[in-house]
Amino acid sequence: MTSKNREFPGTPLSEKDFEQGKILFLHDEMNGQYAWDTGIGIGRYLAALKEGYLLGSHCRRCRKTVIPPRTVCEQCFRPMDAFVPLQDTGTVNTYSLCYVTWDVQRITEPEIPAVIEIDGASPLCGIMHKLGEVEPDAIHIGMRVQAVWKPPEEREGAITDIRYFKPIKEKGR
Amino acid sequence: MSLLERNRHAPGAWRGTLPITSRYTAGLGGERFFRAIKDEGRILGARCEPCGVTYVPGRVFCERCLGELTDWVDVGTRGEVAAFTVLYEAVDGAPLETPELVAFVRIGDGGLMHRLGEVAPEAIAIGMTVEAVFKPKAQREGTILDILYFRPVG
Amino acid sequence: MSMRKVAVVGVGMTKFVRRAQETPKELSWQAAHMALESCGMTMDDIDSACMGTAPDAFDSVHMKGEYLSDGAGGWGKPYMRSYVGGGTGVFAPIQGWYHVASGMFDTALVVCEEKMSSYYPHGQAAFLTIFDHTTERPLKPNLLWIFALEMNRYMQTYGLSKAEIAQVAVQHKRNAADHPCALLGDADITVEDVLNSEVLAWPVNRLDVSPVTDGAVAVILAAEHVAKRITDKPVWIQGVGWTLDTSYWTNRDLAYPRYVENAARMAYEMAGIREPRREIHIAEPYDPFDYKALHHLEGLLLADRGQAAQLYTDGIAARDGDRPVCPSGGLLGVGNPIAAAGLMKIAELFWQLRGEAGARQVPGQPKRGLAQAWGDLMQVGTVVIMGTNP
Repeated sequence: MTSKNREFPGTPLSEKDFEQGKILFLHDEMNGQYAWDTGIGIGRYLAALKEGYLLGSHCRRCRKTVIPPRTVCEQCFRPMDAFVPLQDTGTVNTYSLCYVTWDVQRITEPEIPAVIEIDGASPLCGIMHKLGEVEPDAIHIGMRVQAVWKPPEEREGAITDIRYFKPIKEKGR
Repeated sequence: MSLLERNRHAPGAWRGTLPITSRYTAGLGGERFFRAIKDEGRILGARCEPCGVTYVPGRVFCERCLGELTDWVDVGTRGEVAAFTVLYEAVDGAPLETPELVAFVRIGDGGLMHRLGEVAPEAIAIGMTVEAVFKPKAQREGTILDILYFRPVG
Repeated sequence: MSMRKVAVVGVGMTKFVRRAQETPKELSWQAAHMALESCGMTMDDIDSACMGTAPDAFDSVHMKGEYLSDGAGGWGKPYMRSYVGGGTGVFAPIQGWYHVASGMFDTALVVCEEKMSSYYPHGQAAFLTIFDHTTERPLKPNLLWIFALEMNRYMQTYGLSKAEIAQVAVQHKRNAADHPCALLGDADITVEDVLNSEVLAWPVNRLDVSPVTDGAVAVILAAEHVAKRITDKPVWIQGVGWTLDTSYWTNRDLAYPRYVENAARMAYEMAGIREPRREIHIAEPYDPFDYKALHHLEGLLLADRGQAAQLYTDGIAARDGDRPVCPSGGLLGVGNPIAAAGLMKIAELFWQLRGEAGARQVPGQPKRGLAQAWGDLMQVGTVVIMGTNP
């Protein structure tokens, strides 16, 4: 029995088949509304963001400080030993220039997501956020960046209390 | 504050929605089943002779033997109330002015979950025969709502 | 380990299409039915069923495994659904494998299905649901972000150019031109075509990615005494491995998939393989993006870190090369219905190792192949090694 002799099932459709009503179909929409408990670790993370700083947690056995903070170290499965305030500066571990939104709309000004290793956390430990106030061709991996915060009265205890990270102007450059 | 204590100033909950919008095709079986309802006001089943089962709604394969089903049959528009319930609340918990009547109507070896109409809640009985009431043909779209409800016969 | 020997004895798959008319149940059934017919078995011969299907969000049918069970042979039988994102395609057959290897069942039907087109208007948006709702979704991330971020890190760490990586898309799409179910096969595509395609999220261009696809694949597994009655060319599962890494993906080295290495080592040990580069004759790593095939080849220890692109440059990864990679055309060429894609690679190895892959056949009578899949938030590695010897 060879695959090349076989007819394979499956009926491809084009958008036209829908537009012209050649096949029957139905639209539906889910009403998914959620209130997720922030929990202990992320609760503290959000409270810290509202106050204007980043928080991590430290595992003594693994000798690692990670962010976002958590109550258990998932690598050795022991409780974390402490919550640790971190700096709001870091290093770009990687970045991208994205011209498509989450729902597949094209945009001309790129969004710049990045993974930023946060100062005070262990190497390679960072968070995903966005870069701003920077020209795309000026960005490089290893670039030093600084969080740009919303003013205190606008912060709500959310990751968006940081608007984005911008390059730090190094002295003497 | 100990490690496992919540920060009183932390937001307790993070709110969000899941934006899920879908477009479902009727499928190979659904195409045939719903077109028969839409264009002809007929309810079709599909017969698997080896397993001795008539599936309603009709479908293209037998779930017992995974055989292909090509024997489609008109199963009429009548069925038997196998189970029913009377709803006093809407999906979001708001009270309903008029109670809604929902039943599983057995047809062939399957059947349809649908509404009951032209009957008072106290008059419904398991086992009673009901028949489908269709929308006028011009209003039908090829969905389960082309049937308005099932009403008692006789 | 006192596990019984298990073989793949039959395989079926649907065409991989952009939007299928079939409902998810019907897609599953088409693949399952074809698998049964391919080896002359009936549902009476099947003792258990394993289903793999990824995000419920795509179909917005909760408990999709239960919903699809009638098309996957689940009626009246012990049935399980598993799901590790894209890794599912190689994870579900592992589940089927231990159903039979444990001695509990003599046969297992494994079906993997995905209908991404139900999510409207574009399946990509459904992926919003895999990001953390509190710390990531408020940034309105997009699935392309994580791949672009990982690709950039990989390129930067090893000094690779987009052109070197684009070779992968070119080779896989050309290979897929010989696959009857392929959505994206293209015998004439060039590296320039890939580099000139629209930039979606730099460094990812449109032709670096395999798109939203619908499709289903099914395989039938049997214990040794049954397999030998059904076919004179059973293909044996020699090794399996699977590993999950931390979900905190921003706390990891994105340049190297250590979880793929863990899974691969588990499988190599079980198969008694000491020198994978010599002993694996065909590799089917998971390739939803071109750089991922390279990333995974390195994690599978089939290339040194940062060196996998060289296999393509030197022609070693070609179908008639020393170490062919993705003779099927992979996800880049055939398509990417999330859970089904990995099982498509298993199906390919089945056909290849029996000499039945037609125009895609790797010459030289290959005896051993490896299929690997990956998924979630760059988290899971699943590996299956198949061979002509039990």
